[in-house]
Amino acid sequence: MPSKVQKGKSGMIIREEDIPEKMEVEITEVKDPGDLSSPVWIYYNWCKKCGICVAFCPTGCLGRRADGSPYVANPEKCIHCETCDRLCPDFAITGAKDR
Amino acid sequence: MANIPQKVVHDYLRHDKKFPHVWCAGCSNGIVLGSIIRGVASLEIDRDDIVMVSGIGCSSRMPVYVDFNTLHTLHGRAIAFATGVKMFKPHLKVIVVTGDGDCTAIGGNHLIHAARRNLDLTVILINNNIYGMTGGQASPTTPHEAIATTAPYGNIEPDFDICKLAMGAGATHVARTTAFHTQEVQKMVVDALTHPGFSLIEVVSACPVIYGRLNKKGGPSQMMKEMRDNSIPLSAADKLPPEKVEGKIIRGTLIKEVKPEYSEMYADLLKRVSAMGDEE
Repeated sequence: MPSKVQKGKSGMIIREEDIPEKMEVEITEVKDPGDLSSPVWIYYNWCKKCGICVAFCPTGCLGRRADGSPYVANPEKCIHCETCDRLCPDFAITGAKDR
Repeated sequence: MANIPQKVVHDYLRHDKKFPHVWCAGCSNGIVLGSIIRGVASLEIDRDDIVMVSGIGCSSRMPVYVDFNTLHTLHGRAIAFATGVKMFKPHLKVIVVTGDGDCTAIGGNHLIHAARRNLDLTVILINNNIYGMTGGQASPTTPHEAIATTAPYGNIEPDFDICKLAMGAGATHVARTTAFHTQEVQKMVVDALTHPGFSLIEVVSACPVIYGRLNKKGGPSQMMKEMRDNSIPLSAADKLPPEKVEGKIIRGTLIKEVKPEYSEMYADLLKRVSAMGDEE
């Protein structure tokens, strides 16, 4: 079925799925808000699942789910080195001690 | 405002803008932006005294997200606008964020002449070897024999060495690093902001979605690992024989010297000329 089409202000054609409000709702519905008590705090709303934090975590504290998103696999292994903070392109993770 | 406790960086973001940001998954632009913000925060400059100027391109989306005075200008003309800002308000710290195509192809003239004049700008050039936003055309820094959408059988052009270009044009502070070395980027940003004169930082970065896919470089983390393994510090490169250094990214401050700064000379000129007018 073709998606609903409407005309924008400049005459540009906008499809229903391109409207930003709808995208935002989709993102917040799917992801969970994260756990503040864990040593590494991940903000799933901003995470794009690139896998850099998991690849460069020096102690193996982080693991990767089947969909590519990171999770705290071994919380006791975190040494608060902040490598994930610095290498995250989306500012979506922090391993800082005093946050 | 998003309730995120990542320190320093989130304090400097504009939370009324749409997040997650526009860059692809694994793009180095976000990493470099984080390093720039950490550098600026460590200097404790008032954020109203910083102007961030950019042109068009992936990296040029950066000023949209940060809480400084920002200017998002024409393709390649970021340095021209920044020159205007610096000449009119010399006390401001002007940061130009630009890409390789933006700065060396379309805005090549502005780069060399700003370097020649030694105007106090901080140019952070994010070199991802390709025009990412417009669909993967070959840029002046696309390596020889690399694939781009306008060079599907391999690029036959030799590539630019941006740092040598800037040094040849007379820049007084030139440094090169990669996006993987975040602490080095941060240190170089601090150096550049405190340097009186034109400074250029070339940050070699990864474009995993366009350049990486066309050239089969693997995912974001493979490209980051390649940057880590394929770069050597300047001090180590000096000791190695030239055949071992070939093809590697040399990181470090390549030149740092103090020369007369353009906006100060202009202020002096104004003072001198107006004094002449008073005598008459």
